[in-house]
Order: sequence, then structure tokens, then C-alpha cells
Amino acid sequence: MKGMSIIVKKVTQLLSGIIFLYGIYIITHGHLTPGGGFAGGAIIAGAYILLILAFGSDTIKLKNIEKGSSLTESLAIFIVLLLAVLAFFLGSKIFFANYLPKGQLGEIISAGVIPLYNIFIGIEVAAAIITIFLALIIFKEEITK
Amino acid sequence: MMNSLIPIFVILPLATAFLIMILGKFIKGFQKVITPLVLLFLTVLSFYCLLNNHSNSFTYTIGGWEPINNIPIAIHLVMDGFTLILLVIISLIGFLASFYSISYIAKFTSENNFYALLCLMITGMNGVVLSGDLFNLFVFLEIAVIASYALVAFGTEKNELEASFKYQILGGIASFIILFAIALIYWRTKTLNIADISVLLLTTEQNTFDVFVQILLISGFGLKAAMIPFHAWLPDAHSSAPSPISAMLSGVLIKAVGIYVIIRLFFNMFIASEEISILIITLGTLSMVIGVLLAIGQWDIKRLLAYHSISQMGYVILSVGIGLLLMARGTKPTVAALAIAGGLFHMVNHAVFKGLLFLNAGAIEHRINTRNLKEMGGLSQEMPATSATSLVASMSISGIPPFNGFFSKLIIIIAAVQAKFYLLAFLAVFVSIITLASFMKFQRYAFFNKKEYNTNQKIKEVPFPMIFSMAIMGILCLVFSLLAFPDIRDQILGPAVDVLMNAGQYTQTIIGM
Repeated sequence: MKGMSIIVKKVTQLLSGIIFLYGIYIITHGHLTPGGGFAGGAIIAGAYILLILAFGSDTIKLKNIEKGSSLTESLAIFIVLLLAVLAFFLGSKIFFANYLPKGQLGEIISAGVIPLYNIFIGIEVAAAIITIFLALIIFKEEITK
Repeated sequence: MMNSLIPIFVILPLATAFLIMILGKFIKGFQKVITPLVLLFLTVLSFYCLLNNHSNSFTYTIGGWEPINNIPIAIHLVMDGFTLILLVIISLIGFLASFYSISYIAKFTSENNFYALLCLMITGMNGVVLSGDLFNLFVFLEIAVIASYALVAFGTEKNELEASFKYQILGGIASFIILFAIALIYWRTKTLNIADISVLLLTTEQNTFDVFVQILLISGFGLKAAMIPFHAWLPDAHSSAPSPISAMLSGVLIKAVGIYVIIRLFFNMFIASEEISILIITLGTLSMVIGVLLAIGQWDIKRLLAYHSISQMGYVILSVGIGLLLMARGTKPTVAALAIAGGLFHMVNHAVFKGLLFLNAGAIEHRINTRNLKEMGGLSQEMPATSATSLVASMSISGIPPFNGFFSKLIIIIAAVQAKFYLLAFLAVFVSIITLASFMKFQRYAFFNKKEYNTNQKIKEVPFPMIFSMAIMGILCLVFSLLAFPDIRDQILGPAVDVLMNAGQYTQTIIGM
């Protein structure tokens, strides 16, 4: 896949970092403000997709990234499940119980396990969207060859 | 003790699916070992719960949220007699199909994806039957059917992709209708808990709005269950999938996400009304008669079996519909109980013999690479185990004693006669005879005619895992006949019938009102 012009590349370089940070903000404030793991994950994936579209890459490299992202996705969702099952052993045999201290309302570190779920769901969603995007690109490259 | 076992049915297959995707990449053969083991464990667990269940319901609140002012705010998982029957057949057929896949799926690439999707499908079905909450039921239903879309297309040939596409479109329409109906229910009752909705519907007057919602739900879940006006996707999807998946789809999926939900909602959530019961009986009768008439002309084995699934599901819906009608009229409760028990009994039996027939078809396809009945013949000498088990399953589905299909059809017919539906009883007998005819055709062309296929190598019997799964199912065809004895039937199916007959008891155990 070819890259785009220098203007697009420069603007993307400037923007993608900010978009990435914004995604992290949405995820970490999931329990306080609207948004959360899913929305933030989609934004983070957007930052990566922008870079790949602007700069282009060869298929072999993309395949390697795809392997990594699909592994990350499975691992992240497995950790979410582990966190939920851990509640089963810590919090009197209740699945999905909130076993960490709840903290002060409105603080960034509060609400027990919910921020942790948000973080791992964010990673999972970002990795899944990147995987789908890469699968489509790789498929198209293989068709045109 | 039993309560805390409930989430295991959802967590364990879900965790297995992700573990396969992670560890399967590094450990060779991990997926083949872990999937049957996990499903075997679930089978044992569900049998343990079934045998220790003395007509109790167990509920589990996720996150441990207690009801406030008698309003249940937690997501409930409910395990009662009816759920347990479904859990047993899901885990049992799932275990046998995954064990069968060890040899069958070896010819495909990306085995990891296959087993992970199979585990996800089982997670979805377990979730649907356990959920006591409409929206979660919908989410789990989507998990199950989306995994099945991918599994139908697993061969990635032209036919398979086309079948999967058709299945996705019709399944998408069904999901949309179901979601719309759930939204309307939420709008009317302001709650999604099935037990809570049932209390609210009991205390308010029924109007046309409720009837509209009921019709929407019948069409949506009817599409998932492939009742006759909505059956277009089933023959393609079930015949194109890999054979163990066909066995899962036909044996379990249409029951768990279609028939189970219809029965649960119309018995335990809505108030039984005569019009709706007549509609359900009509759909069941249509499926039963038209399904078998479409089946008899088929020459593709798996298509023939798929059409028979529609027809046999017609029996279940017909029988349960008779039970619902009698309950709505408030007459003859013993006959209603018999009709419901007959329907559930036939549902369990169908899972076993139709699963077995699809595994047989897979075994034939594995060896001679064709599904066309005209290109087979004389396989009974080369493949004695396949031939013997398929004979058992054919006799079972056509209702020949002493196999299980005979007894369940007998109970359905007796119930229909006792409820004075003589025409329906006659149609049930008539359909059974045509079923026998079409399975005699299957036996003759596949196993006893002269050889029609041309191949240079000698045809061998299929490998051990495939024979093992088929043999177990063949034995189960005989063992399930035991349910015909009233004592054993009351022990196994009795709790399920109780749950369906007493809607008040169901709500009481969940929200304690």
C-alpha cells in the first residue's frame, strides 16, 4: 500500500498523538464521564489506522502487526474475564463483584474494579478494530496481486 | 452450593475460546484436547445438576446486587428444570461433536478458529437458556448466532459463503425484530427482567399492544427456529456447514435460541391466550407437514436431514402449543402436562438422533467426498459402524419401537387425541409415515444399493473419534427410550413441566414476591 502526500503525512503526525492521548483520557475517565472502554478503544484504534493510511506499509509488515494485534485482543479479553472470575474467589462467591475499595466519588482512582475493566476493554476494542482493519487491507492487497 | 455453579456454564466455554486463541498459537494440538475436555466437564456438571434437582429453581444475581423495594436490579441467571434439560443436551451434543471434529476437521486449515468459535457458540447458547433477563438473552443469542454464521462459512467454498450470507441476512432481520419487540416491552413495562415483566403484565389489562409484541416475538424467534414460513435459510445453512457443526446447529442451536425462548416467554412471561396458542399450533402443524413433504424429494443427504429438522421441530411446537391452548382454556391440566412433556421429550430425542444423522452424513462425506445420494451405495460393507448407527438413528426418527422417537411421538399423539384434536393426531401419524419412507430411501441409496461412486482406493471405516461419537449417540437413542416410563419421566421432565405450568412459581423464586 502506497503512502499519501507530504502534507497529509505531516498533519497526521501532528494529530495522531493527540488523538491517542484523547482515547486514553476517555478510557481512564470511563467511570466519571461519558464514554469508557469501548469508545476510548475505538478512538485509539483510529489513531493507528490514520497512521497506516497516511504512511502506507508493505503486506508482510502488516501481517506481523496483525498477528500481534490479534494476540493482544485475545489476551486483553481474557484478563477481563480473569478479573471477573477473581471476584468469584475474593468477594463471597459472586461473579463480577466489585472487590476493590470504592474510594472517593469523583476521584480518578475510585469505583473499585471498574477502571480496570475499562482499561482492558479499551485495549481489547482497539486491538480488535485494528485487526479487522488490517484483515481487510491484507485481503485487498492479496486480491490485487 | 448449586447457585454458585450457575455462572460456570458461561465462564468456562468463554475462557476456553480465548485460551485457544492465545495458547493454541504456541502449543500444538492444544485446541483438540481442551475443547472436548471442557465440554465433557460441563456435561458431567449438567447431569449432576439434573439428577440432584428436585423441582427447585436456582437463581444467581450477577455482581451480587440485591433487589431494592422488590424491584430486581441485578441481571439474573436462572437454572430450573427446563433450563437443565437444554443445558444437558447442549453440553452433551457439544462434547460429542467436538470429539468427532478431532478427525473430521483435520483436513481444514485454522483449526484454532474452529474450536474457538464452537466454544463461543456454546457460551451463547448456555447464556440464552440461563438468562432471566430479556436484553441479556438477546446479547447471548447474538453471540451464538454470529459464531454460527462464521462456522457455516468455514469451508469458504462458493456454496458455503452463499449459505452463510443468506443466513446472516435472515438472521439479521430476525435479530432486528426481536430487539424491536424487546424495546417495546421495555417501553411498556420499564423493566427487562422476565419475572418482573410477567408480574406487571398480570396486574395490568392486556391490550392490542401486547398482542403486537407477541406476534413480533413469534416471528423473530420463529425465524431463528426455522418454522415453516420463515425456514428459507435453514436447508442451505445446515447442509453447507462442516458436519459436526450441522449436528450442533440442527441438534441444539435451533432449539436453544428458537424453541426454548418461544416456550419460555409464552409460558412464563406472557399470559396464555387462545389466539396466540392457535397461531403457535398452526405454525407447528405447517412446519411438520410441509417440512416433510419438502424433504422427501431431496437427493443431497444433508439437505434431506435439514428439511426433516423443520418437520420434527413442528412436532415439538405443535405439542407445546396444544399444552398452551389447554392452559389458556383452563381445562384438562393433566392432558396439558402430558402434551408439554411429550414436546420436551421429542426435543431431547431430536437432538440425539438428528445429531447422529448429521455425523453419519459427515462420515460418508469424509470418505467418498459427495453428499449426493445417487453417487453412493453399498457402503454397509465398507463402513459397518456408520451403517449400523445410521440405521438406529433412521429408525428412531421414523418412530419405530423400541427407539426413543417412537415413544415421544406416541406421547404427542396420545395428548392430541385426549385434547380432542383428531385431525392433528392423524397428521402426526401421516407425517411419521412419510418420514419413514424418506429414511428408507436414505438407507437404500446410501448403504444397500449397488456401488455408484467411482474411486480407486478401497473405502475404509472412519477413524476412532468419529466412530466413538456416533456409537455413543446410537446408544443414547436407546437409553432415552427409558424416559417413556412415567416414573423416570416425572423425575427428569417433571420439574420442567412444573416450571412451565406454574408461571407464578417461576416469578416467585426469582423476585420473591
